[in-house]
Amino acid sequence: MSLRGPTDDLAPWVPRLRRYARALAGNRDDADDLVQDTLERAWGRFSMWQRRGAIRSWMFGIMHNLYIDRLRSQRNSPEEDAGEELPEAVAAPADRLGLRDLERALQRLSTEQREVLLLVGVEEMSYREIASAIGVPIGTVMSRLSRARERLRAELDDRPAPAKMQRVK
Amino acid sequence: MTPMDPDLPTPDAGSPVSEADLHGYVDGQLPAWRYDEVERHLASHADDRARVETWRRHTEMLHRLLDPVLHEPLPPRLPLRRPAPPLWRGLAAGIAIAVLSAGAAWLARGAVDRAESAASPVATAGPAASAAAQGAPVGELAGFALRAAAAHALYSPEQRHPVEVGADEESHLVAWLSKRLGTPLKVPGLKGVGYELVGGRLLPGDTGPVAQFMYHDASNQRLTLYLTRQPSAPGQATQPAFRFGRDGRVNVFYWIDKDFGYALSGSADRQELTRVANEVYRQLGGS
Repeated sequence: MSLRGPTDDLAPWVPRLRRYARALAGNRDDADDLVQDTLERAWGRFSMWQRRGAIRSWMFGIMHNLYIDRLRSQRNSPEEDAGEELPEAVAAPADRLGLRDLERALQRLSTEQREVLLLVGVEEMSYREIASAIGVPIGTVMSRLSRARERLRAELDDRPAPAKMQRVK
Repeated sequence: MTPMDPDLPTPDAGSPVSEADLHGYVDGQLPAWRYDEVERHLASHADDRARVETWRRHTEMLHRLLDPVLHEPLPPRLPLRRPAPPLWRGLAAGIAIAVLSAGAAWLARGAVDRAESAASPVATAGPAASAAAQGAPVGELAGFALRAAAAHALYSPEQRHPVEVGADEESHLVAWLSKRLGTPLKVPGLKGVGYELVGGRLLPGDTGPVAQFMYHDASNQRLTLYLTRQPSAPGQATQPAFRFGRDGRVNVFYWIDKDFGYALSGSADRQELTRVANEVYRQLGGS
């Protein structure tokens, strides 16, 4: 599209940043604080970005850094209560149980694993973009992805799930 | 997509399929030739096939869990546009006044027929309007017009979910938005000026809910019409003031009429927006 003036280059990313932040922070208010800080920092550094290309990994990189700073500054991390509020609109009622389990499993992953899993699976970023966004080698991205996926698989699928069978109608 | 990085494990042709290959397969990040090899491997390795299927299913569930966030109204506190340097603001206010008087002149000439308006929408309206038409500075947007521009920039590039309710459910769309805005709305039909309705959505605004209608032309250029309650101040002129402004690449033609603010946004130029705005104004009972 032609809407690429300097003032509206960031706006199209906002819904995606909010989606990512919601899963990262686990609740709406913290997530939107994170999005707000990310946008403010991004605007402050916008002219620097223009020389760097790759706006997506730049924006998600800013959010990553802010989130990590935030976790460090509140080491009494409220990870336990995260996740209650995640899905505000969930597709079909039949889905709900499975998605609740997924949401809980997601919040139990380490921050590093959760980040990579979301950036790969939901944001559909390339492994290389992710490496550049979060500042680690690609090999680290791959091993975090692998651990995150295996952990989800163990938590969600190694349990008997009879409910799933009954719902097929 | 392009696994050229030195530390990305690029597989050799014919080499055994690794776990990294399986992730790359699920995520669409393998070199094209490697897909066949991975598929052959999966055909004879049920355990890996199960893993891949599970990863895919979880990815798809993550989307179902999180994608609803994409369609939530944005909290108004988010800074969607670059903060303006304070000095510029005073200057912009002056320009806005200049543009406003041009708009009033445009109004004064009354309705013009469509052919004439397409040819020279503002120039017939007198000296002030001509000046505005000939590249005089454009007003910086504020208030609902700025929100309209931001909403246009946000939703008009959207391919999969440009609107909440599509034109195929127009009567539902109108009933829904009328109810939420608390007043019977009409959706202007713009086929006569070359634009077809895509649909609409509800957005948060300063003074309550806001309706956004999206239209596109034959080349898929999109326009959005933003409608918000905008109570007129007592003693305010009964005739609407038409204004034109710009935010980034989004041009906005806007006016306030009978307690409603209207903003027509698009990347189309001023002349085109004026032409369409003329039609919107006419249909919504302005003239």
